[in-house]
Amino acid sequence: MTAENSPTRTGEAGHYGKDVRSDLHVAIEPRESGGLEINLESRVAAYYGASIVGQTRQVLEALAVRNARVAIHDEGALPFVIAARIEAAAKRAGFAGEGARATVEKVPLPTQSQRDRLRRSRLYLPGSEPKYFINAALHGPDAVILDLEDSVHRGEKDAARILVRNALRAVDFGRCERMVRINQLPMGLEDLAEIIPEAPDLILMPKVEQAEQVTEVDRMIGELRTRHGIDRTIWLMPILESAVGIENAFEIAASTPRVVALTIGLEDYTADLGVVKSADGSESLYARTRLVNAAKAAGIQAIDSVFGDVGDMDGLRRWGENSRALGFEGMGCIHPGQIRVIHEAFAPTLAEIEKARKIVAAFEEAERQGLGVVSLGSKMIDPPVVERARKLVERAKVMGRV
Amino acid sequence: MTDRSELAQNAAGRMVPTMANGKPQIPYLGAGKYQPHGRKAAPPVRSSRDYPTDGDKRVADIETALRKCGLRDGMVISNHHHLRDGDRVALMALAAAEKIGVQDLVWFPSASFPSQKGAIELMEKGVIHHIEGSMNGPLGDYCTQGKMRGMGVLRSHGGRWQAVQDGEVHIDIAVIAAPTADAFGNADGSHGKSACGSLGFALADSMYADYVIVVTDNLVPFPCIPWQIQGNNVDYVVEVESIGDPAKIVSGTTQITRSPDRLRIAEFVARFLRESRIMRNGFSFQAGAGGIALAFVDYLRRMMKEDGVKARFVRGGSTKYLVELLQEGLTDYILDGQTFDLDGVKSIASDPRHVATSPFTSYNYHGKGSFASLVDAVVLGATEVDVNFNANVVTHSDGRLLHGIGGWQNCLEAGCTILALPSFRDRIPVIVDEVTTLTGPGEMIDVVVTERGIAINPNRPDLRDAVKGSNLPVRPIQDLKAEVEKICGGKPARPKLGERPVAVVKWVDGTLLDTVWQAG
Repeated sequence: MTAENSPTRTGEAGHYGKDVRSDLHVAIEPRESGGLEINLESRVAAYYGASIVGQTRQVLEALAVRNARVAIHDEGALPFVIAARIEAAAKRAGFAGEGARATVEKVPLPTQSQRDRLRRSRLYLPGSEPKYFINAALHGPDAVILDLEDSVHRGEKDAARILVRNALRAVDFGRCERMVRINQLPMGLEDLAEIIPEAPDLILMPKVEQAEQVTEVDRMIGELRTRHGIDRTIWLMPILESAVGIENAFEIAASTPRVVALTIGLEDYTADLGVVKSADGSESLYARTRLVNAAKAAGIQAIDSVFGDVGDMDGLRRWGENSRALGFEGMGCIHPGQIRVIHEAFAPTLAEIEKARKIVAAFEEAERQGLGVVSLGSKMIDPPVVERARKLVERAKVMGRV
Repeated sequence: MTDRSELAQNAAGRMVPTMANGKPQIPYLGAGKYQPHGRKAAPPVRSSRDYPTDGDKRVADIETALRKCGLRDGMVISNHHHLRDGDRVALMALAAAEKIGVQDLVWFPSASFPSQKGAIELMEKGVIHHIEGSMNGPLGDYCTQGKMRGMGVLRSHGGRWQAVQDGEVHIDIAVIAAPTADAFGNADGSHGKSACGSLGFALADSMYADYVIVVTDNLVPFPCIPWQIQGNNVDYVVEVESIGDPAKIVSGTTQITRSPDRLRIAEFVARFLRESRIMRNGFSFQAGAGGIALAFVDYLRRMMKEDGVKARFVRGGSTKYLVELLQEGLTDYILDGQTFDLDGVKSIASDPRHVATSPFTSYNYHGKGSFASLVDAVVLGATEVDVNFNANVVTHSDGRLLHGIGGWQNCLEAGCTILALPSFRDRIPVIVDEVTTLTGPGEMIDVVVTERGIAINPNRPDLRDAVKGSNLPVRPIQDLKAEVEKICGGKPARPKLGERPVAVVKWVDGTLLDTVWQAG
């Protein structure tokens, strides 16, 4: 099976127009002969025109596209986007088989993400909107989610997959955990095949209802890791979005050691229950507390859903504080403006930190004196309480509150 | 066609023509180095007996007024831009000039706007020889492409005042659009259906032009109070149906940004002022008109409230954000050079602490001191800044005329000059090796704030020390540039500019800072 399998249809990918930023549109029309004819219209022609044409040739060469008319409308796309769009268009035209890809320059991988790291905020980035990727990390979320699922139109799934793959490789996400939300199975397996080689830190699985779904994905990731020599652990975060999912929360949470957190999708969940989503969330209280319980029972983090009203910072703060009080350690985030409020809501208060420090000090004092029992004033402090206090102080240090 | 003038290298290392529009030019000598002598220019002596004793200077229309002023070929005709993109009067006057049949006029607006692209046709017909004033959009392109017969001249607000004061530009006829006026010619901008706020940019014109015509759509019985333009300087008054569209005073530059990246920049600027303790009781600041600058005011306001700080004065371009500061008692005064939105117009009309200033009071190189240097901090934008902190506001990196200078150059005198801008726009780096067109010398630019970090000019160790220990992301400017070039996939190509000067950029003292070369 050759890469150039007599493709006959024009393949298009990407967007252009006066409101489009940091993206491009490319149309590849195969032809019998005549080599490559490249027509470029670009907002940045004066600065990067030659570079874009050169990169286009390189990418097409890597995909073994030899004879085609190529029309590009560019709105300032960065190199990793250019390569992704051209690759998507070429594949849509029928060029380039499964394994073919055009690689882009790589930024160094961040250090291995720790199982228990802070996940207070995870910023959703629609997988087909590259303009949001570039500066996402600057706003300081604990994680970014490159989304291939609900924010990507059906017809764009293939292109988004390639774009996200390139972004994982080429974009510096700073200290953020790099999460990817794949599609439900079986499409999710195609997503994994594309992105795992670029070693994302965590895979978010939507609409999980059975533990087997998680183990299947975990196994697939394991195979891909072996095949591509990825030496890093890739975590999993199942999203429960239905009544059945909530019923099976504990099994799902405990399904594999790679599951580090459990979260909920309230839009789909409330739809499943046939109720309206309210501001105070009373209709989903059971599901959320059940989720917290299951997560803690399995020894993993419980992460709450997003707060949809981007303009309502007070509502966000109340939700976040309430969420933390229920036992969640973080929540989803749909706009950078929400990050600061979320971090404040999920941070321990100064009073809590003070109390925790006293407990830790009491523990250390007891150790010094060789006592078996830790006491603070007249109260005995059980070991789990000490452990929780110690963790809280550690967290506070990481958050810069101490 | 434009003279093939010789070029000289100025003190900033830029090549500039020695002649422009037939007049010899002085190359930039360095900030504060040029010290002219002599006396100020003045209009001819007039006698009040030559004017109507009943104080009614009205004539039928603009064409009549121009004829009575003796409009002839080659004259300099001027107008102000307080009505921004909504102005109708400038083109009315130029169209009337065409009807009269004159040629080769020099149009001297305090700024031009895209809605005035009808001037292109007048240039094609020979009615206008060239424009001395900022040119945006279609007019800017026309000039950049070398189609204008004369050479464009770009000046700051203060520079325009300087040019009129010292005779560099002699205005034959000034046409002043006035939202309110009386038949004697007293005029004001704060009231009327086309209210625009201050008329400060017309003051020099009213005082120094040979002939002054006031055009109004709101004639009131004498006296027109308040009066910013003195009728004793006015020759004729014309009533028209409408001088312009007040809704278009808000033009492009005055919407607060909603972009998280730009909000981040704005917040950094406000935090910089707080951490460096420039923000303190009795301080003063000025913000430009861009989206980031406006957002900065919003952040600063919150910090001022938190810290219990009150400013002595803020300088505008006034907008509703500055007006809010005034109303909340966070500043004693607004000193306003230009009113950017309708909230500003309302405030200047009703609040005595919101004061109209002019380039004479604020930006005057030939004044005995300048307010600009009294301002503690100013926050401005730019199209490019280079590793030596030089900045560009007038062209894109492709050399096309984009923007006027406005008060930008004059503001550089402030105690701390901050440029707030994204490190790259679309794929185009904003931090470059060398600016395409020099508008502000690096020695006067203190801080560059981007979403990726803050660069402090090495010639300001005091500022660097002031923010040491804060957790602001202070970084060398070369680092910022390197990061941006990496993200954009390498250094951008430098577009090849032509060899023919199509416009010159003046410094605040009238010397030539740089050249705009033919492009596109």
